[in-house]
Amino acid sequence: MRLRTMSVTAGVSALLLLTGCGAADMTKQASPFAGAQGAGTVTLSVQSWVGAQANVGVAQYLLEHELGYRVDTVQVDEVPAWDALSQGRVDAILEDWGHPDQEKRYVEDKKTIVAGGGLGVTGHIGWYVPTYFARQHPDVTDWKNLNKYAGRLRTAESGGKGQLLDGSPSYVTNDKALVGNLKLNYQVVFAGSEAAQITQMKQFAKERKPFLTYWYSPQWLFEKVPMTEVRLPAYKDGCDADAAKVACAYPHTPLQKYLNTDFAKNGGRAAAFLKKFKWTTEDQNEVSLMIANDRMSAQEAAKKWVDSHPSTWRAWLS
Amino acid sequence: MAAVTATVGHTGVSALLRSATRHRALAKILLLAVAAAVLVPVLDSRWAGGTWPHALTVDLAGPLGRTSDWIIDNRDSHPLFLYFFGYVSNAVVLCVRAVYLVLLAAGWAGVTVAAGLVAWRAAGIRLALGTTAAFLACGLLGMWVPTLQTLALMVVAVLASVALGALLGLAAGLSDRTYRALRPVLDTMQVLPAFAYLLPVVLVFGIGVPAAVLATVVYAAPPMARLTALGLRDADTGVMEAVTSLGATARQRLLTARLPLARKELLLGLNQTIMMALSMAVIASVIGAGGLGDRVYQALASVDVGAALAAGIPIVLLAVVLDRVTGAAGERLGTRTGGTALVRAYALAAAVAVALAGRLTGRLDWPGTWTVHIAEPVNRVVGWMTDHLYSGVPHLGGTADWAGHFTTWVLDPLRDGFQSLPWWSVLLIVAALAWLIGTWRTALTAVLAMAAIGVLGVWKPSLDTLSQVLAAVAVTLVLGFATGVAAARSERVERLLRPVLDVFQTMPQFVYLIPVVALFGVGRAPAVAAAVVYALPAVVRITTQGLRAVDPAALEAARSLGATGAQQLRQVQLPLARPALLLAVNQGVVLVLAVVIIGGLVGGGALGYDVVFGLAQGDLATGLVAGAAIVCLGLMLDRVTQPTRRATKKGA
Repeated sequence: MRLRTMSVTAGVSALLLLTGCGAADMTKQASPFAGAQGAGTVTLSVQSWVGAQANVGVAQYLLEHELGYRVDTVQVDEVPAWDALSQGRVDAILEDWGHPDQEKRYVEDKKTIVAGGGLGVTGHIGWYVPTYFARQHPDVTDWKNLNKYAGRLRTAESGGKGQLLDGSPSYVTNDKALVGNLKLNYQVVFAGSEAAQITQMKQFAKERKPFLTYWYSPQWLFEKVPMTEVRLPAYKDGCDADAAKVACAYPHTPLQKYLNTDFAKNGGRAAAFLKKFKWTTEDQNEVSLMIANDRMSAQEAAKKWVDSHPSTWRAWLS
Repeated sequence: MAAVTATVGHTGVSALLRSATRHRALAKILLLAVAAAVLVPVLDSRWAGGTWPHALTVDLAGPLGRTSDWIIDNRDSHPLFLYFFGYVSNAVVLCVRAVYLVLLAAGWAGVTVAAGLVAWRAAGIRLALGTTAAFLACGLLGMWVPTLQTLALMVVAVLASVALGALLGLAAGLSDRTYRALRPVLDTMQVLPAFAYLLPVVLVFGIGVPAAVLATVVYAAPPMARLTALGLRDADTGVMEAVTSLGATARQRLLTARLPLARKELLLGLNQTIMMALSMAVIASVIGAGGLGDRVYQALASVDVGAALAAGIPIVLLAVVLDRVTGAAGERLGTRTGGTALVRAYALAAAVAVALAGRLTGRLDWPGTWTVHIAEPVNRVVGWMTDHLYSGVPHLGGTADWAGHFTTWVLDPLRDGFQSLPWWSVLLIVAALAWLIGTWRTALTAVLAMAAIGVLGVWKPSLDTLSQVLAAVAVTLVLGFATGVAAARSERVERLLRPVLDVFQTMPQFVYLIPVVALFGVGRAPAVAAAVVYALPAVVRITTQGLRAVDPAALEAARSLGATGAQQLRQVQLPLARPALLLAVNQGVVLVLAVVIIGGLVGGGALGYDVVFGLAQGDLATGLVAGAAIVCLGLMLDRVTQPTRRATKKGA
């Protein structure tokens, strides 16, 4: 059985190599697993955070059950996802936190990606302490007082200073520059992945230990571990232009969707649906919480949400 | 050497030999000391200070950044991409797709029966049943489609690796010059950590299956090449002479004598290639390969160990099945297999009937209701463990406290010590160690590799990584030798250990990211823990085998002289097993280094984090330089611990 497969494969590829005299287009490189069973296939990029899984979960559920598509998902980090989108390996990114360089390269110059409109959710990055700690020490929520607490936030990894826990290397962060420019007695410890960071935060919370972390909203973990934001110097337009000199808070970002240009043009009902897809922070959190906290699969969570919010998603299909 | 010293009655000879080696070692040290005395004052006066002098670094950020921009800007238009890489990419996509479609068309029943039949034909009825059960388990865990995707990817990657490896091996086996030229290349490829390949491949091919398949081929082809060459070169000289005397041409000699004689090595090569391809198929999920690896990776995002395990188990099952079947096929070579022709024909007909029945009743997909959900109970167990072990265990302290102490008392002093050593003294130490254990050539490679790290401008993070690696290796060796000794002494312990080791060795490393963080917190301690878990099985296996292989006569002699168990172990078994133990050290180092990147995902920082960062941000300069530094560290450590006899496999 497998032997025959091999020879078929070999034959096909040899034929391809021999007869292929035209150019091979690197901008049209669909996944080999796409469209395997006849139906039209949409490939969506999922990022590692649960909010992104919630978007994709609901989009996938509706595409499959209402529009009759097959959906493939691929987990890719943010910047490589842009690259994959421009090559057509994925058809859409549903939640982008702002990548001006990539936007300029692919949307403006090469025109292989088009904007797909807002997701309806506003994202915000900041520094957070657990609320139980902020209640005991209300002044910790101002950055000017952070140095006072450095000793209490020390860990084995932070080497005598306080620990500022940072997450995945794929996230936008100015924290190293911030710590330096605001003259804080803190060490940025990179957890290296969001999974590691969440696990660590949950452990701290279980023991009611104080911690200071880079975190972002919307995020389901706030429901499990209530956290309070630490005020940093206010954000002004352009204050984060020079990465080395940043000394201000992170902006509030309306999250965006992006589609592959070809897909946007020829994607039919799927593309039209993804362009209209727009919901609120509360909606997203509801689904995220089901996935991360109740351990539902993204599809089960999506089904539950879809069943209870028909008016919201009916509008996306019209 | 060790064998001579250990046997009773040869004390005179052994003393002589020992003093000779000691003199040679002394001479080497003396020579190095003289060289140092001349060079160090010069170097120190020009570039004083602890870390690698800035004047001796090359900044690659500019050129690498430009290269990456050039590739992205020209990928859609340059002939190199349009007429070469584009085709390679399309061919890979097409092949994987073809295999995947065939597997889908056969339906779950067809695939399972076919796999069972292949196993029966190659390895006998017991493994056939095991294979069938394994495939059914993949379906039961709700992982049928991802399993097929991984299988499709594997089939193509393994075929390509075997073709490439066999070609290289054939060339090296037939020509001495090619062999000499190829050997250092293959040696080096074996110490390269898999992640180092990913970034450049991704840049050219983009995220997805083609990049994953090609990275896998680079990773998995060397063992095939090496074993093919080995098999061809080791052909029985007597047989070869006989064949030559019969007047066979060179081609006839190759086809009728050399290749058939090398069958065992060829099959072992296939086996190794499959295992390495499978481990790479998981790592490649980071670059969007899809399949089981992707499920593991996605489960991590919601911190769901149970779901990660549900995708990890099929990988382990596939690995065990493929390993046992190809292994058994190698052993059964030459003997008749698979029953009589009539039985075989019936079996084949039954298989086709099952597949057709599946097709006609429209049950090609694994039925959704036939799944077992293991995620929840697993998560409960993990939750319980972390709740009760993390802190506050009476008398012992929690795992978090241990991790803290380990970081403060072992990792910190080690790192700070390394980083405060003058840079030239690090080179000197490396040279001395490598020369004492190997030849001047290995010493030179080691020193050059270490110097390259300095030149790349990542001296400090590399020493940080080195300190973690050494700490992890030390822990691995202590645990591994102890377990290995226990397993060598008792059959029962070995039997109990075997499945555990199998699982640890083949379980994708991503699965234990969350548990190690949950137990040890974020930082370098969990990174060390993950490395230990990964490297331990190989060390235990090699130790056990080495001790078991000790000449029974020597043991019997010692016993008759009234030696106690401990004495036997210390004075007979361990010295006699020295080569195996050295090999275990070497493998421990190489394997620990292979999971440095995983350490980067749990807060290990240093080089591992830089590589992950490079991949995540598409930042070639950071990622590739860190990857190259890991490769150099690997080369250096390999040379410094190079045992007398090299292993034919990379471990996992």
